[in-house]
Amino acid sequence: MANIRQARQAVIARILEGEGTTSRAERRGAFDAAGLPEPLSTLVEKVAKHAHDVTDDDIAAARASGLSEDQVFEIVVCAAVGQATRQYDAAFAALDAATKGS
Amino acid sequence: MRLAILDKGHTFGTKILFAFIGAISRQPVVDAVKLVMYRPDFYGAPMKKVVHEAMRGPSAWSVGDRELMAAFVSKVNECEFCIKAHGAVAGRAYGDGTKVAAALSDLETAPITDSLRATLRMLRKLVRENTVGAEDMRAVLAAGASREQIEDALAVCFAFDTTNRLANAFQFFVPGPAGFEAGAKFLLARGYQ
Repeated sequence: MANIRQARQAVIARILEGEGTTSRAERRGAFDAAGLPEPLSTLVEKVAKHAHDVTDDDIAAARASGLSEDQVFEIVVCAAVGQATRQYDAAFAALDAATKGS
Repeated sequence: MRLAILDKGHTFGTKILFAFIGAISRQPVVDAVKLVMYRPDFYGAPMKKVVHEAMRGPSAWSVGDRELMAAFVSKVNECEFCIKAHGAVAGRAYGDGTKVAAALSDLETAPITDSLRATLRMLRKLVRENTVGAEDMRAVLAAGASREQIEDALAVCFAFDTTNRLANAFQFFVPGPAGFEAGAKFLLARGYQ
């Protein structure tokens, strides 16, 4: 079986706890899709729920709010990994429930 | 590519590498590569390990099956770049592009095994609704997939749930068929390391 457990935890630890151009609190907020001010909250919500709807204007609004391109990069990465993580965790919980006692 | 740094902000050494890749493959470096090579310490380098293990690590699913899962998840996430990129790899891995096209256009009638079909159904629900229930997992198990195979499919799904979002948010440029064929040849030979 493929084992991504450690590698996945390493990605999450790096983007949330390692050095960055955004604060750890901002990256955590993007990962959780919660607690960020506008216009970042709109951008993060779109990345998490319907990333194909992200527009040039969403990125421009984040830049106009004072973020550098590196900061937008970090925020978007954290938002994407965060949503993928929630889906993965939900699916594992369902799999555990389905195989419980077997 | 929506951020200029992802397009042209790489280190000098990486730019040399891109020029080399372009000369060898006779295709421009695709945006997926530009993304993982930008500040690789932050995201690209650790994520490549996840993607390579999910797509090429030990599994009861074939490489073609996992590439099809990647293309299928990308379709649900409406990510044109990743559908075409991984559809091309799946077609090459299977030696049968029509099977891939059939699975992407109509899952219920495609000539694939019941266990793969049931797995793709579950992934579609997970990606669309952000969750699945125990009954969805029981249906996949009943169709013949093992728990380990489901875990492997979830690893592929994690990799592409992440990648699709980044490709869409940063608006990866979608090259023509020759670009994807060159990429597919590389990914089949070398994986994602």
